[in-house]
Amino acid sequence: MDIHEYQAKDLLVTRGIRVPRGGLAYSPEQAAYRATELGGDAWVVKAQVHSGARGKAGGIIMCRSDKEVEEAADKLLGARLVTKQTDGRGKLVSRVYVEETVPIDRELYLGFVLDRKEERIMIVASSQGGMDIEEISEKEPDSIVRASVDPGAGMMQFQAREIAFGLGLDGALIAKAVQTIMGCYRVFRDFDASMLEINPLVVSKDDLLALDCKMSFDENAVFRRPELSELRDKSQEDPRETFASDRGLSYVGLDGNIGCIINGAGLAMATLDMIKIAGGEPANFLDIGGGASPERVAKSFRAVLKDPKVEVILVNIFAGINRCDWVAEGVVKAIEEVGVPVPLVVRLSGTKVAEGRRILAERAPSVIVADTLKDAADKAVSAWKSTRKAA
Amino acid sequence: MSILIDKSTKVIIQGFTGRIGNFHAGEMMEYGTTLVGGVTPGKGGQMHLGKPVFNTVKGAVEETGADASIIFVPPPFAADAIMEAADAGIRYCVCITDGIPAQDMMRVKRYMRRYRAENRMRLTGPNCAGTISPGKAMLGIMPGHIYTPGRVGVVGRSGTLGYEAASQMQAHGIGISTSVGIGGDPINGSSFKDILMLFEEDPETDAVVMIGEIGGPQEAEAAQWAREHMKKPLMAYVAGLSAPKGKKMGHAGAIVQAFGESAQEKVEIIREAGHTIIPNPAAFGETVEAVLTGKKVAA
Repeated sequence: MDIHEYQAKDLLVTRGIRVPRGGLAYSPEQAAYRATELGGDAWVVKAQVHSGARGKAGGIIMCRSDKEVEEAADKLLGARLVTKQTDGRGKLVSRVYVEETVPIDRELYLGFVLDRKEERIMIVASSQGGMDIEEISEKEPDSIVRASVDPGAGMMQFQAREIAFGLGLDGALIAKAVQTIMGCYRVFRDFDASMLEINPLVVSKDDLLALDCKMSFDENAVFRRPELSELRDKSQEDPRETFASDRGLSYVGLDGNIGCIINGAGLAMATLDMIKIAGGEPANFLDIGGGASPERVAKSFRAVLKDPKVEVILVNIFAGINRCDWVAEGVVKAIEEVGVPVPLVVRLSGTKVAEGRRILAERAPSVIVADTLKDAADKAVSAWKSTRKAA
Repeated sequence: MSILIDKSTKVIIQGFTGRIGNFHAGEMMEYGTTLVGGVTPGKGGQMHLGKPVFNTVKGAVEETGADASIIFVPPPFAADAIMEAADAGIRYCVCITDGIPAQDMMRVKRYMRRYRAENRMRLTGPNCAGTISPGKAMLGIMPGHIYTPGRVGVVGRSGTLGYEAASQMQAHGIGISTSVGIGGDPINGSSFKDILMLFEEDPETDAVVMIGEIGGPQEAEAAQWAREHMKKPLMAYVAGLSAPKGKKMGHAGAIVQAFGESAQEKVEIIREAGHTIIPNPAAFGETVEAVLTGKKVAA
């Protein structure tokens, strides 16, 4: 789960990290008011979207007067920002953050991730901030300092100090860097983050400020972090994914035309692979999960059919804790109640397969039945090709 | 033989009397697993499905001599259940639970290292379908009848894709020594490499199928290890060719974040390490058959 820059900065402040002063605005007038409220003679207006690389995409605008702030906000609000990290449709800007400008002496990089190899929280820092970490690793690999946290003991002050010296800081800045690094660790730990990145972290005279910040959180831990649920911004998500996730389905929107309803994440990925190999393109990933009721299967059809690109639906079930008869009931229910206006290929295997096939044969004769994974993918792709020819 | 479990393995269920634990307890007993009891805090002293219920794992181990456990405890409490099993002297634990916070799993892994290697519990999962030694014992939620007893080891992240592989192998008349689910979470109890090491040592396993997916370093690590240390043939499939970068594909761990984590890159790494690639998910049966017969010809 991602959050906006201004929300991430609010969390940083709770753990003693310094950030430039700023204010949120939902309208150009509000943005101008925020600028006067902050004072000074220069501001940045920053589009709040769940993506990095906003600067190069025109999402961060320098302003010299409140009129310029108002114009910048007017330009950004309501637009869709396309960055190199978003898809071609980009992300809707529905709020902007107006921030004071600060003098920058040096730009540093500070990142925290869950390292899957070490199975620890890993800190990656560099004296060469301002560019993304991939670029730093490529161009300035020697500038990178790393540390990892013992999950039993937590992060130690000396580790933060080593990083601070490793970044080439000295004097009073060392204590400030230690405070910043320890603060980030506490945010990461206390909110079950999966990624926290301050880029750049700037030296501004004798101060250390987080100029930009990105955070992601572990969805599996949101149950114990209700304050994070409130930070979720559904306007930043693919509407197809929001519709499905609000109904407890695991869905990822893709660009093709073959809608997919599958049980199990691995089998779902493998089925998408098989569709590609058969010459088709999947419209989505969808895992109905274990023990799916007929209602849940019917809901999956609604989620898949939300996508107007879908021209064929493929259902592939290998039932272990699922039951093929329930899935077949769900298919019948979907045809009767939701309406399935596209060819439908169903492959059932595993628990109660005979009952499931009988239900389909008797009550859903229009369904194209497939025996194996390959058969299912081939039939879905050929059904899709024949709808293409017909059109 | 087989790895991890057989007929003599004495099993307890943590989360025994809950809806899911109850259902799978029945299935496992029917398969022939030696179930000796279960744990549900507060229900100690009762009988359930004809087996004793205990308040604590320690109590269950003392009374029944259990050496393995399977966990069906909900996500907020599952990490604690794993550590309880480790502390009670359980030798092998399967955690089925999906949805455990990653930082909880980091703590679990660290906690398990408190014990000397000879007393340390082995964990597979979480977020897995479990382990089955066909014809002997099942510690999981899979449909047992799709597994034929035999001499090929299977290790994979996904449950249902593992079923797909097992049923294709069954259709080709190929049996399985043990099939192990290591689960779809970013931080898991055992890695692919850990399980390959066990299969390499098992005299009744002749070849191994590894079923990987996008995300994380474990497939590559296993392929490198196997190149240097494994004499048995290794075949691998990696799911997720069509997964976009940065998107989580169902499993918490199925996300491409760094170089080497996409399906294409993993396939390349495994191929370069000299192992057989199963080219698509409909080719488990034929690829394993070809490798096994090829081996016979060579011998």
